[in-house]
Amino acid sequence: MNDISLTSGTTHSYLDQLEAESIHIMRETVAECEKTVMLYSIGKDSSVLLHLAMKAFYPGKPPFPLLHVDTTWKFREMIEFRDRRAKELGIDLMVHTNQDGVARGVGPITHGSELHTDVMKTQALRQALDLHGFDAAIGGARRDEDKSRAKERIFSFRNSHHRWDPKRQRPEPWRLFNAHKRKGESIRVFPLSNWTELDVWLYIHRENIPVVPLYFAKPRPVVNRGGVLIMVDDDRLPLEVNEVPQVRNVRFRTLGCYPLTGAVESEAATTEDIIRETLDSRHSERRDRVIDKDGSASMERKKQEGYF
Amino acid sequence: MNMHVSGLANPATLERDAILYNHETKSLLRFIACGSVDHGKSSLLGRLLFEAKLVLDDQIETLRKDSGQLTGAVEDLDFSLLFDGLSAEREQKITIDLAYRFFATEKRKFIVADAPGHEQYTRNMATGASTADLALILVNAQSGLTQQTRRHALIAATLGVRHLVVAVNKMDLVDFSQSAFAAIETDFRKFADRLGDVSITFIPVSARKGDNVVNRSPNMLWYRGPTLLDKLETVDVTPRAANEAFRMAVQWVSRPTADFRGYCGMIAGGEVRPGMEIIVQPSGQRTRIDSIVTADGVLDRAGVGRSVTLTLTDNVDVSRGDLLADAAAPSQVSDRISARIFWMGQGTLSPGGRYHIKLGTASAAANIAGPMHLIDLGQDATITPVDRLMNNEFGLCTLELDRPLAADRYDQNRETGSFILIDAETHDTVAMGLVEDAVIPAVAVTPATDTVRTSIVGKVFVRVARLLGANESHTRSIAKAMSWRATGSLDTFVIGFVITGNAAIAGSIAGTEILTKVALYYCHERVWALVPWGRR
Ligand SMILES: Nc1nc2c(ncn2[C@@H]2O[C@H](COP(=O)(O)OP(=O)(O)O)[C@@H](O)[C@H]2O)c(=O)[nH]1
Repeated sequence: MNDISLTSGTTHSYLDQLEAESIHIMRETVAECEKTVMLYSIGKDSSVLLHLAMKAFYPGKPPFPLLHVDTTWKFREMIEFRDRRAKELGIDLMVHTNQDGVARGVGPITHGSELHTDVMKTQALRQALDLHGFDAAIGGARRDEDKSRAKERIFSFRNSHHRWDPKRQRPEPWRLFNAHKRKGESIRVFPLSNWTELDVWLYIHRENIPVVPLYFAKPRPVVNRGGVLIMVDDDRLPLEVNEVPQVRNVRFRTLGCYPLTGAVESEAATTEDIIRETLDSRHSERRDRVIDKDGSASMERKKQEGYF
Repeated sequence: MNMHVSGLANPATLERDAILYNHETKSLLRFIACGSVDHGKSSLLGRLLFEAKLVLDDQIETLRKDSGQLTGAVEDLDFSLLFDGLSAEREQKITIDLAYRFFATEKRKFIVADAPGHEQYTRNMATGASTADLALILVNAQSGLTQQTRRHALIAATLGVRHLVVAVNKMDLVDFSQSAFAAIETDFRKFADRLGDVSITFIPVSARKGDNVVNRSPNMLWYRGPTLLDKLETVDVTPRAANEAFRMAVQWVSRPTADFRGYCGMIAGGEVRPGMEIIVQPSGQRTRIDSIVTADGVLDRAGVGRSVTLTLTDNVDVSRGDLLADAAAPSQVSDRISARIFWMGQGTLSPGGRYHIKLGTASAAANIAGPMHLIDLGQDATITPVDRLMNNEFGLCTLELDRPLAADRYDQNRETGSFILIDAETHDTVAMGLVEDAVIPAVAVTPATDTVRTSIVGKVFVRVARLLGANESHTRSIAKAMSWRATGSLDTFVIGFVITGNAAIAGSIAGTEILTKVALYYCHERVWALVPWGRR
């Protein structure tokens, strides 16, 4: 890490400022809420979030557990990475799966992306939060991800049905967050609100933060479905007649359920390569997510329904 | 949205350090964009990103779909649609909520608070301005300044925004006329002295055509100032007060093991070093900084904006909500605060109202006390006494707290001088507060040493508040009794002299009266001090 920022109180790069603000937000959350959890989705944003949490409470451990909502369709490498990181850092990891959805056999291939996401992700998250009575959930969403996020507050309230009401948002002047809840409400807290995809990669690079290897290009078996490259991660992906997985050098810009996440052809094998690729990219990262294509205003609707 | 890196010196050593050097050393500018509806704010911001080559291909695709312009030159697209958020807003075709945008050039990262123009959403503008270094104010060259323009400029200045950039837009509709531009500048400067200590830059632009947004306009060779992007990239963003005194509100007490006790917070003013003497406020205990702990190691100093954990040399009692301050220049501590209030609640704000206050990391119950004044932003900030503030109004009042808190004046420190009021029933954030003065409590006798007021508003208000303040110390009551008697006795003497025509008689009446009435006035005053009736 950079010596200048360590010894000098005044030369403060913008990454230092973003870091300090995110840490401030996490500390406010635990101080003002009764039971906090950090949503850990294993992706790069979650990796940054976890790293910031370790820094925020150093020399102590973060005073909250991590929660992973497992849809059972995540890439295998994600699950391995998750378990390894939790062990290395010695923090409490909770995994929740919607058992009702599992019993009904809900999956992205049989039920479509929208229903699968709703049952296995949105509803599963609500179940987990209700089950443990968490009143604050820290998540890694960023405002640059889509238009409706751009207007979401850092402390974002959900009613007892976990719905978001964009018309009832509280103003957040200065750094004064109001964590007072109405009955039944819970809070989603977004410490990375003001970070962009590039900021996240620069920070991962600067701080040497481990991320799932799927972000780095490597020969992987994929099938081309309507222009989207889907990785054949296990034998649950039904192949069409005559469809043969091809090995291509690919990586992922975002990670989710493997049948819903498109890979991009790339040579970027290190964080430096990724930063360069991000700088040159002519496309935003969400383009590779199948679920966002369900409709132009769909993300806003999903969020109103309680999607994180 | 990012810009290409260019001009990296040596591609061979482009690894880790070169990339970091280019990006990590960037500074951050937070600015707020505001203006009346239809003056072209969304178009200008969209244009800025497009001209700076920060609009991505898939965003252009979406733009084409959304605007129905499936063919035609990219330059002619309606870039205002880039910044059109929630679907409810899309239906109404207005931006109703504050949205944050991000972009970076080679020099800077920008965080833009995009504030809606309508008066009823002024709270969003005030919120955006609270953290901004610069305000970009849009003016339509055809219609000139509006009441909203003045309002936005006043709000920005009140909230401590140091730089105003007035973008005179739609210059293409006035034939890029220098005199049209000059007329608006003159008009604006007429009320600019109300804005206090801010820098103001005027730039003629066309958001639709791109003139002076990123590239110099060939249509306005008479203009010699910076383009909009030049200005944004070069405006000074160093923390306002390198000479500010050290401040840190304690957020969280870290006790991971029996032998470690650290106080976590973000530095809100000045700089901290090990060995420095600090005072814990409001309790007033003094101690020294032992170490500055971070996950990156122990620091030998840390400045404004850093999140750190401090350990202290003595085992003093410190908890969340306490302020750690430079012992040589502490904050004021009081259970009475006079403040400028921006009221955002649904109903009205009036004396007698009870709220939760959050000031730094401290919370308390606050009671609104009179007198209350309205700062009329439509009327160049004139101040008039009122009995309530309506939604979206700025005013002045006093807050009585259920315990003393430490605070600084807002013009001295934006972080330790600001607070929010929270409604006890709805839990909504209903007001923004800017500390004018922490009124000296009844027990303290030492007056505030630094009473320099920078704003006219501040000066007037503090005087009014002092005159009408309800807390009185005994010494003060006696002093008042004396001064009143001196005035009264002079009056008695003059009347006595006029009636009797005899200076000696008049003098002895007035003389005796001084002694008896000083005592009477003092007793009378103290009895009243015990009667709560009629107080607000
Ligand atoms: N001729 C001309 N029209 C403009 C210019 N800037 C914006 N407009 C138009 O003015 C209208 C309002 O612009 P918009 O950006 O939506 O304004 P906002 O309400 O301030 O965000 C739109 O029809 C724009 O096309 C300009 O520089 N020249």
